Amino acid sequence: MQASRDSIIDIWGERSPYRGEWPVRVDQCTSEEPDHWVQSACVLCSNGCGIDIGVKNGRIVGVRGRKEDIVNFGRMGPKGLHGWVANNSKDRLTKPLIRENGKLREAGWDEAMNLIVQRSKEIIEKQTSLGIGFYTSGQLFLEEYYTLGVIGKAGLGTPHMDGNTRLCTATSAAALKASFGSDGQPGSYSDIDTTDCVLHFGHNIASQQTVLWMRILDRLAGPNPPKVVVIDPRETYTAQKATVHLAPKPGTNIPVMNGLLHLIITAGHINRAYIDAHTVGFEELEKIVTEWPPERVEKLSGVPAAKLREAARILGTTRSLVSTVLQGVYQSMQATAAAVQINNLHLVRGLIGSDGCGIYQMNGQPTAQNTRECGADGDLPAFRNWSNKEHVQQLAGLWNVELHKIPHWSPPTHAMQIWRFAEAGSIKMLWISGTNPAVSMPELSRIREILQKEDLFVVAQDAFMTETTKFADVVLPAAIWGEKTGCYTNVDRTVHISHKAVEPPGEARSDFDIFIDYSRRMGFKDKDGADLIKWNTPEEAFEAWKECTRGRPCDYTGMSYSKLTGGSGIQWPCNEKFPEGSHHLYTDGVFNTAADYCETYGHDLDTGAAVTQEEYKAIDPNGKAFLKGSDYIPPHEAPDEEYPLWLTTGRLVYHFHTRTKTGRSKELHEAAPDGYVQISEEDAAKYNIAEGDMIEVASRRGKIVEPAKIGGIGPGIVFVPFHYGYWDNEERPRAANELTITEWDAVSKQPHFKYAAVKISKTGGILDKIGEAIETIKEKFKPGET
Amino acid sequence: MHIGKYISLVHRTEIDLVKAFRLVADAHRDEVDVYQICMLLSSWSQSLSDDVQIFAEKYGEENDDEPDRLTQTLLKKARKGGMALLRDLHDLYLIVSEAEVCCAILQQGAAGLRDDALMLTCEEIERQSKRQLSWIYTRMRSAAPQTLIAAG
Ligand code: SF4
Repeated sequence: MQASRDSIIDIWGERSPYRGEWPVRVDQCTSEEPDHWVQSACVLCSNGCGIDIGVKNGRIVGVRGRKEDIVNFGRMGPKGLHGWVANNSKDRLTKPLIRENGKLREAGWDEAMNLIVQRSKEIIEKQTSLGIGFYTSGQLFLEEYYTLGVIGKAGLGTPHMDGNTRLCTATSAAALKASFGSDGQPGSYSDIDTTDCVLHFGHNIASQQTVLWMRILDRLAGPNPPKVVVIDPRETYTAQKATVHLAPKPGTNIPVMNGLLHLIITAGHINRAYIDAHTVGFEELEKIVTEWPPERVEKLSGVPAAKLREAARILGTTRSLVSTVLQGVYQSMQATAAAVQINNLHLVRGLIGSDGCGIYQMNGQPTAQNTRECGADGDLPAFRNWSNKEHVQQLAGLWNVELHKIPHWSPPTHAMQIWRFAEAGSIKMLWISGTNPAVSMPELSRIREILQKEDLFVVAQDAFMTETTKFADVVLPAAIWGEKTGCYTNVDRTVHISHKAVEPPGEARSDFDIFIDYSRRMGFKDKDGADLIKWNTPEEAFEAWKECTRGRPCDYTGMSYSKLTGGSGIQWPCNEKFPEGSHHLYTDGVFNTAADYCETYGHDLDTGAAVTQEEYKAIDPNGKAFLKGSDYIPPHEAPDEEYPLWLTTGRLVYHFHTRTKTGRSKELHEAAPDGYVQISEEDAAKYNIAEGDMIEVASRRGKIVEPAKIGGIGPGIVFVPFHYGYWDNEERPRAANELTITEWDAVSKQPHFKYAAVKISKTGGILDKIGEAIETIKEKFKPGET
Repeated sequence: MHIGKYISLVHRTEIDLVKAFRLVADAHRDEVDVYQICMLLSSWSQSLSDDVQIFAEKYGEENDDEPDRLTQTLLKKARKGGMALLRDLHDLYLIVSEAEVCCAILQQGAAGLRDDALMLTCEEIERQSKRQLSWIYTRMRSAAPQTLIAAG
């Protein structure tokens, strides 16, 4: 491998100290000299770095960052530099498979698709399309989601469509909707270039979005560096750079945020004029947070009152602020309520909609934003409101179908409920695309049971055999990034195009082609008898999508494939008014909350109860943002005598998801070959555990066995990375989600991966030897990981 | 003065609700969200009934000879399964509505007596009852299509 640096050891590369304009640095990694380069963007995290794919003799041979791209100015991190090798992997799926007599056998496309169509029709006959559910991904392309969304809503007419984005970004969307009336990130990555302060809340940015972290490191190395406040229970790479690091106990995000807001409000560090002109709900919020003086916060969360004060002083006095939020909030108790508190912080200080002031309610996955925009997560496309008939009518008009065809009588079914319906037997067919629930969902023993149910027909669409495809009745081989053309949108609304660079292996087909094929075979028509899906190519789908977004917050009408090709990605909204796209939303302090425009009428943050249209109209904030508070609700499971420790799960810098791609790169695999359990020095002494000892971690739902890694975490807390499953190692139970809980946030419905009560014990015998074999881990993970 | 009667009605209905929410929670443990939110709403009713208790002492709780018509007939025993969930939530909705109506009437009395503390308590009961109703309504609506059409 030829690379501009060894990104495994030197994760973030050389510093380019700056303030103002982020200098270019082109990172590259190739196995051979490419004969040409094809424009694309990285799909290994939500940062969305603009990159080129190097091609030689019809094979991908490397990648390099695009120097002109506003997201990364040429840079790449280790996952992006190495993950592409998965495309060339010998174990790619190349033929459809069908289960026969309990075993999967090869089949032709006709046979496989006809079987899916036949089963679909049988189920619809008996149960209507409510018997069919889709569980998709955060890694397909915009054109694919939109096509799937239209098929689901206007073809089948099922409300059961969601993605694994429910596990990673649902709270981001829910929090943005709750405060601003619709999804859509207010800020821009360029805010980092000038900001005076950065707040990372439950977000280990250094490991997750390595290139975004480079931007912050470069600011820290330059003139007038920003202050950094980190809220995270572990001493992560990110926390090590913090001016102030608050390390709350699991489940106490709300007390900490209420405490910070309380201090900021009582110190008078609020922008009264902004609050009065642009928000509603301040008095109510103030009342709730007043109950949280620092001493009370300390008692509950373990965050020292003095540290809380220091953080509040920094956040209360900074003239500009960038805040980022991720899974430490989204996958914890009161997820939406806590994420909303960050929006509140910016609103009460009036730090929103201008340079240096950004909120990034981060996404986990590269194309998660598009699942949300296009309606493949159940929401209506282009941030339309399913309880607003006008909005549903717009879609019916656009797709030329009757209004009642589109399911809008009750909320779209979230993923956890889709799985529950399958478990209870009222969903009979589950179509899974581009995701691996048998490792990524909570409480895996339950998920395996559901997947194996006799009366559930499972279709899995993937590039590789996974822990999930093993249980499928039909496996469809999918073409992936680099093998198809399409667009996707990152956290700061930057839309990139990714051109097809090489042919997919064997008979693999793009998800786009598979969905259209299904639609045609099912005979989905509009009300005049014409094909429902009126496009055949991704570019035609993109043009159709543009029409769908016209006049909505995520307006794409000013973009085109040709405009996206050749230069940088473009931030939506991009239309006649903003032909070059927009850095910020809400520059004028007018939010998307007007009753006839908003994406949702809102929810009770504690219960998830939906506000009705009449109720909303009665209080129509008409462009003002909501300030919403919430009081503390204790976690549903807490350590006790039997299970005395907190479990928290998370990711490593070298891997993405269940490692279907990153695990196939030799470099990334060797950098982090196995899972581990991280415990504090205090707990290691208490349980007489040495570094590398094999430890059994057990919860009420299952157990795993992992080597111990000591330090970098508080006493009473146990951390396990969630990437490791069984496709490359079946020797021992090691998936973190064997332990996690089936439960979810009341508003966003995102599961709570970040806490569970567990116990640990040392295992003996043969497992100790495995421990020795992976001694290397010790060296690799010296500083606190992720 | 019969205000004690309505104080007692509100008090008893909230105590019934503490139990009713628990009953539904336990019967539908497999619906994780139903279990957890019902437990939360049960705790709300507990604190509301504690709030009313003070006024029961102040005005003298006056037990009606009439039995609580609703709670006598509704939700004696929670049932299991999808349709049962719908029916149980439906019953809960009616009992919370009863609490809300009782409270609206009591509130009139409190206004007449110019008892600001009782007014505040009534407002709180009204607010929390509305939130309870709103959740039950949301959850029933989302369960209905699947239960009525697709479930076996
Ligand atoms: S930061 Fe994310 S998008 Fe950028 S190269 Fe790394 S994995 Fe890819």
